[in-house]
Amino acid sequence: MPVIETSGLTKKYGEFLALDRLNLKVDEGEVLGLLGPNGAGKTTTLLMLTTLLKPTAGTARVNGFDIIKEPGKVRQSIGIVFQDPSSDDILTGYENLKLHGMLYSMPPALRERRIGEVLELVELSDRKDSRVRQYSGGMRRRLELARGLMHHPRILFLDEPTLGLDPQSREYIWGYIHNLARQEKVTVIITSHYMEEVDRLCTRLAIIDEGAVVALDTPANLKRVIGGDVVSLRLRRNRDGMFSHLDFVRKAETKGGMTYLTVVNASERLPEILRAAGMDAVSVEVHSPTLNDVFFHYTGKEIREGSGEGSWGERSITYSGKR
Amino acid sequence: MNGLRGELNGILAIWYRELKVFQREKSRIVASIASPVLWLVIFGGGLGSSVSIEGMSYQTFIFPGILAQSVLFSSIFFGVYIVWDRKIDFLKEVLVAPITRSSMFMGKVVGGATDSMIQSCVLLAIGAGMEKAGMLPGLHIGIGGMAWMLLILLLTAISMVSIGLIIGSYMESPEGFQLISSFLLFPLFFLSGALFPIGRLPAWLAPLTIIDPLTYSVDGLRNVILGSSQFHLAHDIGIIGTVSVLLIFAGTAAFERMKL
Ligand SMILES: Nc1ncnc2c1ncn2[C@@H]1O[C@H](COP(=O)(O)OP(=O)(O)O)[C@@H](O)[C@H]1O
Ligand SMILES: [Mg+2]
Repeated sequence: MPVIETSGLTKKYGEFLALDRLNLKVDEGEVLGLLGPNGAGKTTTLLMLTTLLKPTAGTARVNGFDIIKEPGKVRQSIGIVFQDPSSDDILTGYENLKLHGMLYSMPPALRERRIGEVLELVELSDRKDSRVRQYSGGMRRRLELARGLMHHPRILFLDEPTLGLDPQSREYIWGYIHNLARQEKVTVIITSHYMEEVDRLCTRLAIIDEGAVVALDTPANLKRVIGGDVVSLRLRRNRDGMFSHLDFVRKAETKGGMTYLTVVNASERLPEILRAAGMDAVSVEVHSPTLNDVFFHYTGKEIREGSGEGSWGERSITYSGKR
Repeated sequence: MNGLRGELNGILAIWYRELKVFQREKSRIVASIASPVLWLVIFGGGLGSSVSIEGMSYQTFIFPGILAQSVLFSSIFFGVYIVWDRKIDFLKEVLVAPITRSSMFMGKVVGGATDSMIQSCVLLAIGAGMEKAGMLPGLHIGIGGMAWMLLILLLTAISMVSIGLIIGSYMESPEGFQLISSFLLFPLFFLSGALFPIGRLPAWLAPLTIIDPLTYSVDGLRNVILGSSQFHLAHDIGIIGTVSVLLIFAGTAAFERMKL
């Protein structure tokens, strides 16, 4: 039985269609990624699945419970780390976790043991008695990851888990997510607009654009769709049909002054490609297909990285002392 | 949901958090004590030199009113914290937890009422101290009436915290909260007779004083502390008690419809 099953899940904000009839099944133990640019509808999807937002149409079952008819049971069985920090920065890390355990009715002995375990997992044990106000953005995100896990949810939702974090913190978070997906036997749903993130963590990916799923498969299969390596050429002049006589070039596209060719075994074909370009070639680069290429393939657009509106890091500074 | 025990745990959780916040916000505690004391000393003392009411010094006369005022202001103001919770996104953590909206509301009410009661107890101690020092002759703050005083103060706090939370559940910004709550605070305060006997108000204001729930808090406190009042103590407590129950229902409904 799938742990999540959505049927025609739809959300409109006024007239604006943020999510259009999403049908999705997630099996136990999967790490499912929802990849899409800013505004694609990822957060909207998560907020509906976690019962914080009412769907305009359609519904979903989460852990066997209907999100509209049994929201309390859904909430009992899930954990979530929101896109924006949602811990109380006047409390300490420990106090935030204790509060969480109380909200989920954990017996005190179990609660204290779990607090120890999850703090250990995210390596915050030595900072547990500092106020969250004094945490860095990365530490705060780790605390909230620990908190989301603490009550043994069967599904953990992570909304842009590394948005706005520095590369080192991002590596840490990826490490924890990777470990917990195995150790804690929890199904994980990650939304992200970082290609590398979902590529590394997810067993399956749904690519979302403008409220609709455009592709759904394993990262490897999705990349296979490209059908070869990608050769990016910068040309002085772009002549029509420049590469049309090369039968190993599956696809040629020009965008933003660059020409992209899809080629099987590109490194071996490079001499022939350069011969065709002749004196017009300024630079050339070959790479294996990435999710960026996949996203481009399906939507004709690029995901711009690092353009999220998340507020990890700077936020603790903005609000400190203003309470 | 875990049934009744789960809901009780939820109320305890929110109470725990409010207590921690209260404990950390030293300036809030100091201000909430200092401002009524200033009213008593400056307003009461300043006017007191020229006015006496029912044979009491004016300062003594307004002590119960100042006590009610401090509960009114701090309790209603407590509602701003729900706006704040939304602003810092902490509200999401509570909304996604498996507790009902009524438990969430009750947790907040208990938290806010606790703050107000701590503050009231400090003010009662200050009042008793000033009476001993001969500054507030005629004030009776003894063990005898203590239970009644605390009951009146608690019911007042519950009512006013509920009003604050209801306003807060509709507001998106602390500034909006401030604006709306001050529209409510000042009429509630001035019409309650906290600063003068309501009998001395012009007749056309009389109906308004009757519908102001704080009138009964002030009257009840005056009854216990000064031994003079307009209504019977049971009448006062009955009304404030009824009002607080009604406001708890209204507040639960407001939280029920509250969005993220
Ligand atoms: N409360 C809201 N009111 C109106 N529009 C909204 C609201 N929340 C989100 N949207 C819009 O819905 C779209 C999807 O938003 P969101 O789910 O946050 O996207 P993502 O998380 O993928 O960046 C965006 O265009 C956003 O502007
Ligand atoms: Mg988002």
